[in-house]
Amino acid sequence: MTCARACAVAVALFALSDRSGAEYRFNLPAPQSSVAHTAYDLHIIVLWVCLAIFALVFGAMFYSLLRHRKSLGHAAHPFHESTTVEVIWTTVPFLILVGLAWPATKAVLAQKDTGNPDLTIKITGHQWKWEYEYLQEGVRFLSVLATPSEQIGDRMEKGEHYLLEVDEPLVVPVGRKVRLLLTAADVIHSWWVPALGVKQDAIPGFIRDTWFRADAPGTYRGQCAELCGRGHAFMPIVVEVKPEAEYRAWLAARKSDQAAKAAESGRAFAPAELLALGEKIFTANCAACHQANGRGIPGLFPALAGSAIVNGPPQAHVGRVLQGKPGTAMPAFAAQLDDAEIAAVVSYERQSWGNHAEPVQPALVKNQRQ
Amino acid sequence: MAIDGSSAILEPAHHGALPGGTWRWLTTTNHKDIGTLYLCFAAVMFLTGGLMAMTIRAELFQPGLQFVQPELFNQLTTLHGLIMIFGVIMPTFTGFANWQIPLMIGAPDMAFPRMNNWSFWLLPVAAALLIGSMFLPGGAVAGGWTLYPPLSIQGGISYDMTIFALHIMGASSIMGAINIITTILNMRAPGMTPMRMPMFVWTWLITAFLLIAVMPVLAGTITMLLTDRNFGTHFFSAAGGGDPVMFQHLFWFFGHPEVYILILPAFGIVSTVIPTFARKPLFGYRSMVYATASIAILSFIVWGHHMFTVGMPVAAQLFFMYATMLIAVPTGVKVFNWVATMWRGSLTFETAMLFAVAFVCLFTIGGFSGLVLAMVPVDTQLQDTYYVVAHFHYVLVTGALFAIYAGLYYWLPKWTGHRVDENWGRWHFWLSAVSVNVLFFPMHFLGLAGMPRRIPDYALQFADFNRIASIGGFVFGASQILLLIVIVKCVRGGEPAGNCPYEGAVGLEWTLSSPPPYHSFATPPELE
Repeated sequence: MTCARACAVAVALFALSDRSGAEYRFNLPAPQSSVAHTAYDLHIIVLWVCLAIFALVFGAMFYSLLRHRKSLGHAAHPFHESTTVEVIWTTVPFLILVGLAWPATKAVLAQKDTGNPDLTIKITGHQWKWEYEYLQEGVRFLSVLATPSEQIGDRMEKGEHYLLEVDEPLVVPVGRKVRLLLTAADVIHSWWVPALGVKQDAIPGFIRDTWFRADAPGTYRGQCAELCGRGHAFMPIVVEVKPEAEYRAWLAARKSDQAAKAAESGRAFAPAELLALGEKIFTANCAACHQANGRGIPGLFPALAGSAIVNGPPQAHVGRVLQGKPGTAMPAFAAQLDDAEIAAVVSYERQSWGNHAEPVQPALVKNQRQ
Repeated sequence: MAIDGSSAILEPAHHGALPGGTWRWLTTTNHKDIGTLYLCFAAVMFLTGGLMAMTIRAELFQPGLQFVQPELFNQLTTLHGLIMIFGVIMPTFTGFANWQIPLMIGAPDMAFPRMNNWSFWLLPVAAALLIGSMFLPGGAVAGGWTLYPPLSIQGGISYDMTIFALHIMGASSIMGAINIITTILNMRAPGMTPMRMPMFVWTWLITAFLLIAVMPVLAGTITMLLTDRNFGTHFFSAAGGGDPVMFQHLFWFFGHPEVYILILPAFGIVSTVIPTFARKPLFGYRSMVYATASIAILSFIVWGHHMFTVGMPVAAQLFFMYATMLIAVPTGVKVFNWVATMWRGSLTFETAMLFAVAFVCLFTIGGFSGLVLAMVPVDTQLQDTYYVVAHFHYVLVTGALFAIYAGLYYWLPKWTGHRVDENWGRWHFWLSAVSVNVLFFPMHFLGLAGMPRRIPDYALQFADFNRIASIGGFVFGASQILLLIVIVKCVRGGEPAGNCPYEGAVGLEWTLSSPPPYHSFATPPELE
């Protein structure tokens, strides 16, 4: 009675406030891979079984609640034992469960079969961004939230893909078996794209694998699913599934970009150039803890405005960014950012929020790496 | 009346010398006083944890960050979970056990009255440590109530304080459990064989064994966390040869039986309330006892279903899936038995019965979503989403909490000597029962659509259901003020309850006056 009523209220409220009318709102999103399809179908089966049992058991209960009332003059029949009935309602549910376990087992076996992949991508979770590495191609990049902080703070109208948009999406070819190797650099994260039916925890120090084969080209969005600190809600996943030829073209472009960037990393940068790049890097990698205003969060994350390290000799500052601070949330950026990026972000920190230390050139970072 | 020194100890009149005021509550060894202390402590914690939930729902009312920043949001979700589990549900059940078990088995008091006092007074200390850490630099623990490392290695002093708080609460629970087991095994009235014990006593006996079995596991696990944090061990860090997933295995080896610790006494309450208002005996008493024991035993081999996405070997996934599905069998037996108890009874719907019936219906929804989550491929989609949030709130709010409400409305007349105001009670019930579904049912849809749990801000597609859930949450929160009013009214006065205010109630507690005498049963009652 109460639950049916609440459902009705929920449905009515939903109908009144419907905006997008997307059909997946009451169910899992439309599946786009064989694993997601199996999960979707299995969920529907279990749901119907549950609904049937619910209707049967609570049909009986509500019949009793309505008819067997003292106010209607119904006298109690003091029966209270029946071995036959007990045996029936122990064995029948058991048999139903066996019936459910059969398709579920087949699905688990298929889901765990990561063999014979067409390509393998290593995914590393960081607080709070994802790193993708195409192992056979030598392509590697970071993927961070692209939603501006003004939208999060309600100072700007929210875009269509609010919190589900990134600067660099993961790109994969359609119809290919993609094997994912997952790990994490700091705490446990979980890589989850509902439409592809993939959710796998990324555990620091260990590698776990999973796989998917996307049915159709498109853009599929997901989020980190394991609490990983204050930025947990802000590390989305975007997968772009492209036809083979487009994927190849993307890969080639990505490789030449990477080569160009590597070649450029050693040259001297103009101060304005450093600051512009530095601000971008800071927003993507540092602002979640140290905050856009450089003041940090007292007791949790130190302020950079007026910080002794930031205003001190550049070697110590670069060293902290390269190696991080063990035992805290400050990660080592040596493997994540190149010389120019580290020089830029360090320079940006040294010249912002009232700090007036001299900027740093990539050459110094390169020197200090050795 | 000539009294020599030795017989004075047995003389009830000597209670005239009992201290009054604060000192009475600090030093009491009386099972009823201690039961009341547990219940009052739980009420304060319930308001605290409830205010946190209201803040969480306010933040989630619409997308964007309006009221709290993410770090505070994480502290609120973590503390809400810890407070509601360790500060509300568990102490309430212990309070019920203290009040009811001696009354129901015909005993004068609990077996270890002084330890009883000590197990209660540890709780406020633990709560102060846990909640006090909010006001230290860096704020309270924010890694989720599950405290998974390495995230829980990163935090500040509040994590150590929380670990100590859990140690203290665990010690309190273990002492409580020892007391309950000893009382039940040794102090039953003559003629009360195990298979004649009230169901509430049976469920608490089994719960107490679960507590003794798993609380030390939690204590050990969080001690390892403590040494990892402070003394350079690497139990849970791969850098030193440890494994963060080992924490999850140990935690959930505690955590899953803990879930049943939170629900078995609820089963006991419902099995007491329904027969009273159906005016017929509980259907299938024996099978209820066996089902409770089976659930308790199965609870030790299903922990892996909390970890289907960590990447276990396929054999382990299948094992935990089958074992988890198996729990549906004894749980189903219980639900069928409750329905059969109502069947062809002579039903009336006092507030206690309303909550008990709602429990049967809504707890079963939580049971069904549990079956859905047991399927590994489905769980892969739903693990760590709002579907799981919906699932465990159906089990713990419309399950454990509603059973507690049923028990409160049922036994308050016995404890206070006054009948409950049924009008206020009915308002409390209907407002709670409707709003709790508006609050939690849409969370199923949110989880299915892809909203992760423990996030302070979300994508626009989740906005509608979050708004509905928040409105339901505010109404549910406000409705609980009615409960406070009912309790205060009942304590202060009302129609006298007599020995037994219910037509269909059976049991030794109803043979005593309301409220019962200081030493409940000074002479053991005889069962024929």
